[in-house]
Amino acid sequence: MLILEADRLSIAFGGVRAIDEVSISIASGQVFSIIGPNGSGKTTLFNLISGIYLPNDGSIRLAGETVTGLAPDRLARRGLSRTFQNLQIFSRMSVLENVMVGRHRHERTGILADLLHAPTVSRQNLATREAARAALARVGLANDGDRSAGSLAYGALKRLEIARALASEPIVLLLDEPAAGCNPVETQEIDRVIRSIVKDGITVVLVEHDMRLVMNISDRIHVLASGRTLTEGTPEQVRSDPAVVQVYLGVHGSQEAARAFD
Amino acid sequence: MSLRALLENRLMAAIAVAAIVVILPYFFPSAYYYRIGALVFIFALAVVGLNLLMGFAGQVSLGHAGFLGIGAYSVAIGPVHFGMPSWLCLFAGAILSGAVAFAVGRPILKLKGHYLAVATLGFGLLVAIVLTNEAILTGGPDGMSVPGLALFGWRARGSDTWYWIAGVTLVGGFVLALNLMESSTGRALQAIHDSEIAARVLGIDVARKKLTVFIISAMYASVAGSYLALFNGHITPDAAGFLRSIELVAMVVLGGMGSIFGSLVGAAVLVVLPQALTIFHEYEQALLGLIVMGFMIFLRQGIVPSLAAALAGWRKC
Amino acid sequence: MAELLQFAFSGLTVGAIYALVALGFTLIYKASDIINFAQGEFVMLGGMTTVFAALAGVPLPLAALIAIIVTTAVGLALHRFAIEPARDASPVALIMITIGASIFLRGVAQIVFDKRFHSLPPLFDANPIQFGGAAILPQSLVVLAGATVIVTMLWLFIDRTLFGKAVIATAANRLAARLIGIDTRRIVDFSFAISAAIGAIAGVLITPIALTSYDAGTLLALKGFAAAMLGGIGSAPGAVAGGLLLGMIEALSAGYLSSNYKDAVAFLIILVVLVAIPQGLFGRAKVERV
Repeated sequence: MLILEADRLSIAFGGVRAIDEVSISIASGQVFSIIGPNGSGKTTLFNLISGIYLPNDGSIRLAGETVTGLAPDRLARRGLSRTFQNLQIFSRMSVLENVMVGRHRHERTGILADLLHAPTVSRQNLATREAARAALARVGLANDGDRSAGSLAYGALKRLEIARALASEPIVLLLDEPAAGCNPVETQEIDRVIRSIVKDGITVVLVEHDMRLVMNISDRIHVLASGRTLTEGTPEQVRSDPAVVQVYLGVHGSQEAARAFD
Repeated sequence: MSLRALLENRLMAAIAVAAIVVILPYFFPSAYYYRIGALVFIFALAVVGLNLLMGFAGQVSLGHAGFLGIGAYSVAIGPVHFGMPSWLCLFAGAILSGAVAFAVGRPILKLKGHYLAVATLGFGLLVAIVLTNEAILTGGPDGMSVPGLALFGWRARGSDTWYWIAGVTLVGGFVLALNLMESSTGRALQAIHDSEIAARVLGIDVARKKLTVFIISAMYASVAGSYLALFNGHITPDAAGFLRSIELVAMVVLGGMGSIFGSLVGAAVLVVLPQALTIFHEYEQALLGLIVMGFMIFLRQGIVPSLAAALAGWRKC
Repeated sequence: MAELLQFAFSGLTVGAIYALVALGFTLIYKASDIINFAQGEFVMLGGMTTVFAALAGVPLPLAALIAIIVTTAVGLALHRFAIEPARDASPVALIMITIGASIFLRGVAQIVFDKRFHSLPPLFDANPIQFGGAAILPQSLVVLAGATVIVTMLWLFIDRTLFGKAVIATAANRLAARLIGIDTRRIVDFSFAISAAIGAIAGVLITPIALTSYDAGTLLALKGFAAAMLGGIGSAPGAVAGGLLLGMIEALSAGYLSSNYKDAVAFLIILVVLVAIPQGLFGRAKVERV
């Protein structure tokens, strides 16, 4: 089943076509990676899919239903969740509270009940807390719940964002450069987390620069260059495509890619 | 219950305030102090609401006295011009403020940072201008007198009566605010404060939540305004003026943005100070300006959070 | 027709003052991203200081000069002692600081001066000139001429001198300006000083017509800000256009609709502009990157 489809998406910023007629089709349960040199439009594409930008042209379908132009919060309620390249952590809250916010779309109490602290609120707080703890455990942060979010190491913060997105029980999870700025150990952790997410049936869409991670984990890779699709295929196909090597991987990159298969 | 569990109880601040309200009168040298206490509690109520909006949800309102004015004039105009009972006007005023907050908030809460600040400023000033100009209804710049509150034949009169009314209401206001903070809506508001985009992406209807907290804070201010008018027996358009709005914000900042208990501290400082300075009445404005500047430059978190942080650091030694 | 001319002229006159206040706002905003609410107090200080210096026996031209110098010093002090220490604060916190400064200056003016209204003798004649059935004060022409001179000189300075280029660079990107060796602190000093001077001159010019008092600044700041928003905050020509436009709208609505709600016009404009066209008439919409 195709869980996420984009059909000839385009967007321009003041005359610059950041994304030009890009189409992608993602099957359910896949790990789908989007790669490309800096400035190729990867994050812009993410922002289009997650409703932060409105496309000038083209359409987006989520689980078969057209969702073009829906705001991010409405997409979230349909099961689309994402993390951010530049970390949007709720730094004033604790680690656990951050993930509890991720449960928001499953919380049902109205404002009056909240103000009066009705019994439903107590029960809901408990359930939310438990679900949040479970999500933290999945990313390996089970013991850090009570710490202030701002006190975590960078790699841990990346995993916290993933836990928060997971807590909303998405059907599609967009990860925007989850391994950026991470050392090899932290990247391994991210790899492990992504695999466990996919095992639960969640589709993962990845934007990433770390070629080893991308080649290791992806089912399909879509290559962007200058806002346009360069090519798409399996990791094997992509890394040996001379066009990709020329525009993006370069010598070092293709060596790294090759090492992933050793 | 252990001391630690007690301190972390959701309603700790409310319990503390209740204790203060009950114990304080034992220290009053004269009946006059009931009046100061009442005023502190009344303003603290408005400040709690504003704190929910500013400290907690991270929005800003430089025109909040406008809602204070709506509440105040509701309990003046209703009884005087329409013969309505004061207690009904109090509720009507709160509903009216909520409605105005809804109408005004919808467009302007889309704005951020200094744009929002100035928009709220403009709103507050418009309210003050309307209250000054519609003299037939409002008595113009000199204001109008406010009939006292009467309930089933019992008249609410005297500073000590109002001390208890305001004190109990303040405790109630605290409880509601503290409940809100530990709820789904509260978490959503805090999230919006830290990162609107992340909140959105997690399914939070940001516009709706902002509007909700704006309406709530408006209603808090309205009730406080009504109490002020009923207590003083007289109201002028100054109650909704620019200086009053800035005082409210100063109280939030002083006590500590986001600290509900700090609302009481901030209100106490800025109500007691002019009383203490009666001889130096002229210096009031200059001092207010200095206080606002000083705190925003040097002690932006405010008194209560700074004390709490200092205490936490000291306990570690 | 005569009536319209009358309103138009008084609208342009007061609009010229709004334009100068708006220009001061814009200058500081461009150099430092700060909305300076004490801008109105600069105008008040210009007028009041001149009045009291003259009352103390100082000849009028010298009194005006002293007023401008004192106000400029206040502007500089505001930057150095109130803004600079809080450089890293949020925009709202900075607005609060300037509001605090505005209240502080008002409070001090209340004590140092007094709480009454004051006036100054006009530069030329006090008798109005008859023009097309309308009575126009010579001082109005002085105000308009003065504003034109100031705007032109400022434009020439920013556009034609090296320091002016440095101001533009700082306004465009502070960090980049510092990286190429511009002392941005001095640039911001300069913007505060010049804004204060412009405000003071505006105060001296308008006091013969509109009187002044210790609390004249607040309303002026708000209206000047409305004008800046109308023209597009960050746009100097916009500030001037916005000021004149606001003055006209105010005068016309006071004349034809209700003079009671004259002051409300500015605030209504603020709300409408912010909601409908936040970038103003001449500004550019900003794109936020995630």
